[in-house]
Amino acid sequence: MIPVAFDYERADSLDHALALLAEHGDEAKLLAGGHSLLPLMKYRLAAPSMVIDIGRLSDLSYVRQDGDHIAIGALTRHRDVEVSDLVTAEAGLLAAATAKVGDPQVRHRGTLGGSLAHGDPASDLPATVVALRGSLVVSGPDGSREVQADDFFTGFLETDLADDEMLTEVRIPRRPDATWSFQKFNRRAQDWAIVGAAVVLDGGTCGVGLVNMDSRPVRAAGVEAAVASGASAEDAASLAADGLEPTADLNASVDYRCHLARVLTRRGLEESGR
Amino acid sequence: MQVTVNINGESVSHDVEPRTLLVHYIRDHAGMTGTNIGCDSSSCGACTVHLDGEAVKSCTILAVQVDGQDVTTIEGLADGETLHPMQQAFHENHALQCGYCTPGMVMAAVSLLDECPDPTEEQVREGLEGNLCRCTGYHNIVQAVLEASGSTS
Repeated sequence: MIPVAFDYERADSLDHALALLAEHGDEAKLLAGGHSLLPLMKYRLAAPSMVIDIGRLSDLSYVRQDGDHIAIGALTRHRDVEVSDLVTAEAGLLAAATAKVGDPQVRHRGTLGGSLAHGDPASDLPATVVALRGSLVVSGPDGSREVQADDFFTGFLETDLADDEMLTEVRIPRRPDATWSFQKFNRRAQDWAIVGAAVVLDGGTCGVGLVNMDSRPVRAAGVEAAVASGASAEDAASLAADGLEPTADLNASVDYRCHLARVLTRRGLEESGR
Repeated sequence: MQVTVNINGESVSHDVEPRTLLVHYIRDHAGMTGTNIGCDSSSCGACTVHLDGEAVKSCTILAVQVDGQDVTTIEGLADGETLHPMQQAFHENHALQCGYCTPGMVMAAVSLLDECPDPTEEQVREGLEGNLCRCTGYHNIVQAVLEASGSTS
């Protein structure tokens, strides 16, 4: 499978990337690790006339402590997140979920920012960042802004990013005392989740993000509120699918997906010590 | 675009379209056909090569992305007539049936041991989840990797 022909530019700085985006607008796509974009282009579901390669912007690949949060550069590869001592210690849920992305070869190339900017509700990381109450830093021609993960994912493969903006950093609140669980249900190794549940408990607060349960990665707000008010894992998890609209496909009916969301949320809460 | 890649220690330079995939660059332009194309959709791992020392799927990388970088293919593992220890372990454990997945499987296995030199059987199986053997010859493949790591009992 060969993509439709396109023009290619390699950005040598963030400013260069933003200038190219401003010049080419919605005709352009940013290429980071390429493990979301290139398959779409090979299947010809995407056909940008300009590909802007940001994969060499190594100053956007980092994991560091920054006050009350961990700052992760958007171009940090999955492998580097997975094995980061800092992420493991203070955002263990993110390290665990990242270790479930694709397979080792995919994790050597794919980037955290690329996965989030792609906005696929079936991907592991968007729902995980929602559960962790992360935020995203977006740069554009007028400077940068910070968006809460809840507000970043706006629809199926749609995000709050404008055509001339680029995701540059992901911020995850530090939670060294949190307990967590990442539950991924699929038929075969390396498949996308049929349904997934990212669960984090920290003192009285609870975060639950669901994978592949709506047109966008979603927070199970009813579960979080029930846990906060003292409900058992089973009672809280019974609310996991309330108000959500998953789709049916070859792998699962709507009812089965809702069932999985309740079961995986309960397992996640229990594994987190609820 | 002119793309120069260091493949198995030799600098190779060709003028290719930006849409040229790394696996096609390796096979059709550099003329090294040891790297196979299987699913062509980053699932099966037959096209696995090393990019700057790490296993990657060359069907899901553009040649222009790796301009100036180092690629190792299955042809680059052996030292003359002496097989790489992983190739030798595959040979001795009959870790192939039809052989189509073998180049990618060996490259993934070498990368796995670079990152996890003393794996358990479970770690080998999880570490090779990106490589499919349609003959289902996984048992001997896992044995070979364990033997190459020195982890066999």
